[in-house]
Order: sequence, then structure tokens, then C-alpha cells
Amino acid sequence: MKKNSLLDLFVLVIRRDLVLAMRRRADVLTTLVFFVMVVSLFPLGVGPEMAMLRKMAPGVLWVAALLASMLSLGRLFSADYLDGTLEQMMLAPQSLSMLVLGKMTAHWMVSGLPLVLMAPVLGLQFDMAAQPLGVLVVGLLLGTPVLSMIGAIGAALTLGLRGGGVLLSLLVLPLCIPVLIFGTGAVEAISSGLSVVSHLSLLGAMLVLSLVFTPWVTAQALRISME
Amino acid sequence: MLEVSKLACSRGDHRLFSGLNFSLNPGQIMQVQGANGSGKTSLLRTLCGFMMPDEGDIVWNGETIRELGEDYYAELLYLGHLNAIKDELSALENLRISAGLSGVALDESEAIAALRRMGLRGREALPTKVLSQGQRRRVALARLMVSDARLWILDEPLTALDVGAVALIQETIAEHLAQQGMVIFTTHQPLQVAGVEMQSLTLS
Repeated sequence: MKKNSLLDLFVLVIRRDLVLAMRRRADVLTTLVFFVMVVSLFPLGVGPEMAMLRKMAPGVLWVAALLASMLSLGRLFSADYLDGTLEQMMLAPQSLSMLVLGKMTAHWMVSGLPLVLMAPVLGLQFDMAAQPLGVLVVGLLLGTPVLSMIGAIGAALTLGLRGGGVLLSLLVLPLCIPVLIFGTGAVEAISSGLSVVSHLSLLGAMLVLSLVFTPWVTAQALRISME
Repeated sequence: MLEVSKLACSRGDHRLFSGLNFSLNPGQIMQVQGANGSGKTSLLRTLCGFMMPDEGDIVWNGETIRELGEDYYAELLYLGHLNAIKDELSALENLRISAGLSGVALDESEAIAALRRMGLRGREALPTKVLSQGQRRRVALARLMVSDARLWILDEPLTALDVGAVALIQETIAEHLAQQGMVIFTTHQPLQVAGVEMQSLTLS
């Protein structure tokens, strides 16, 4: 019998979570439909003033993406916790942080990536020009993984708590504010003719920092929750 | 070899046990006995490293399990009350994933052979949500057939199993012990392993 390396295990967790997501498609669609609905309500509610819509577009899209990513966080670890799979993950002969990173990646592919792909279409509702739209998508591409990773810490800390959903939002939302500021800031910068490099670099830096620290922190939080 | 010295464990303010000493050598099996709520599961979970003991040490081959970390987990197989199988996945997928998580890459034919040995012929590709309670337990127990862990920690392995499956588990445990494996288990049903002296530890 062959032994699994660290990378094999990482791929195994991603594949498993993606297969599970495909078999529970309703969960995946909820996030996406929520995002589309919230974003589409604004042009209807605010009215067809192009200038105002263009101005508020990045903020609305980013806030909707933030809230949509909160929706699916509760399920990130709870199903595995309830059926005992999480216990087995902790007993894996490789680092738990790597398995956690695998779960975060799968979570982003299922609930973050569809939002990024959907954003250009929704941006058109706000009469966004091509260039700001491009910056918005790049920003979301860098920012949504950070949301998944920070959210995972909260999900691990609130595991097994009753009413954990509200607590999770209270814990995680404040930590996501920097991502929101630089994500929307980049689009505003390009709209007023400034350079977007600084905003996007900061988002990239947050992504790298999260990649390094959040899996380890989440793994520790999971160990505490299991006691 | 597993050595436990002066182990104490509590749940909240309630002290479950204290001053627990035992050791388990290769080829030995130990049954943990005690009434409901006497701390059997807590003891097993402490041995797995899920819970920190209040006092005492758990030593595996001369080093504490805290120091060993993942090296200890590589030699450990734990089967708890929960089956750790996913309703949406088939028996085959479940077995390959759980074996994969414990570090063993299992190909399809090996997994099918293990499931058939557990009496699940013809059920390999069905989603486990259509299986009965006993059949799900068999899927979980199929991990024993493909594991190369030295130490097995089994919490109530026989729940929901019929007579045939119990005999099969006894046989598997006997094989594991013959290959210098170690087993710690709890059960409320009789479990005999031929030709081996069973140690027993009673919690009160």
C-alpha cells in the first residue's frame, strides 16, 4: 500500500469537499443566488440614476460578497464535526494545518470563485465601465480567499456552539473590514484616474499573510473546540 | 509500547478517574470496563490526544504523545461512536477517503476487497444514506481491514452489528494481535479473541 504525502492529503481534502459540494448543490446555489439577489435589489431600490449607481457599485458588490461568504461559513466544519470526520482529520499523520488549508481552498472554490465570476455581469447593472469592472474582479479574486480564510478561524472557534451563526458574523465581519476598504478603494482609484497598484498590492499582501497564518490558527482553534 | 502513568481526567468539575496506571505491549489487548458515565470514552479520547489529561503522562515507545504528535497519529487508528462516513458518498468513496486521511493511499480494488470482506458485496457503490445502521458501521469498520496502524483504539466497535459481523471483527482483531498489534477497546457486548489473554481495566 502506498503512503500519502502532504500534498496528496491536501488534494484529497479539496477533492472530497468539491465532490460533497456537487452532491449538495442547493448549498452552493444559496450563496450565489443570495449574492445576485442582494446586488440586484440596489438598482431597483435606488432608482435609475446612472451617476449614483456607478459611484456605489464597488461598495455594494463588495458588501454583498462579504455577506454571501458569511452564509456558507457555518457549514465549513460543522458537518465534519457532527459525523466524526473532523476527529479523523485530527488523527491524520500529517499536519492538520494543511488539511485545514485544503478545506479553505475548497470553500473558496465553491463559495468565493462563483461570486468573482458573476461580478462582471452584475457590475453591468450599475453601468460600470470596463476598466473599473476589471479592477473590481481582480480585487475580488485577491480578496475573497482572504474572507474564506479569516472566516474559517471564526467557524472553528464557534464550532459546536448553539447560535454560533450570529456569533460567527460578529467575530469575523470586523476582521474583514480592511479587505473591504482596499477592495472598494481600488475601484474608486481607477474611476478617478489614480493608480490601483497600491490597493491591489495591499490586498495581495493580506492574501499572503492569511495563507501563512490562518491555517495554523484555525487548526489550533479546532483542537480547542474538540476538547 | 503504550505506557500510562498516574493519569487523571475530569469533565467540568467532575473528576472521572485519577491515578490510572497501565501499560500495553505488542500483541496485547485491553478492555476498558465501567458503568455508563464512568469515563471510558473520555479515557480513550485522552489516549488519542483529543483531550489534555489533568495529570499524568501517556508515553508511546519512550516519548510522550504530545512530543510525538503526528508520528504517534501515524501508528494510531481510532474508531469512535461516530462513524465518520458521509451520507452523500458511496461506501467505496468513504473508505478510500478515510484511509487516505489516515495516510494510506488505497486503490479501488483494495477498497472493494475490504468492503466485500466486511459483507458489503453489491453495496460498494451505493450512497451510504440508503444503508442500514449496521451496514454503515461495517463501512466504518472496513478501515480496520486496510489499516497498518499499530495501536487500535475502538470505542464500542460492536454497536449495531449482527452476530456474523461480530465474529468477523473478533477474527480481524486476532490477526492484528498476531502481527504484534495492540488493541484498547470498550464494549458492553461479549467479545472473545481466541488464544489471547485479555487485560481488563475497570473504571469506577
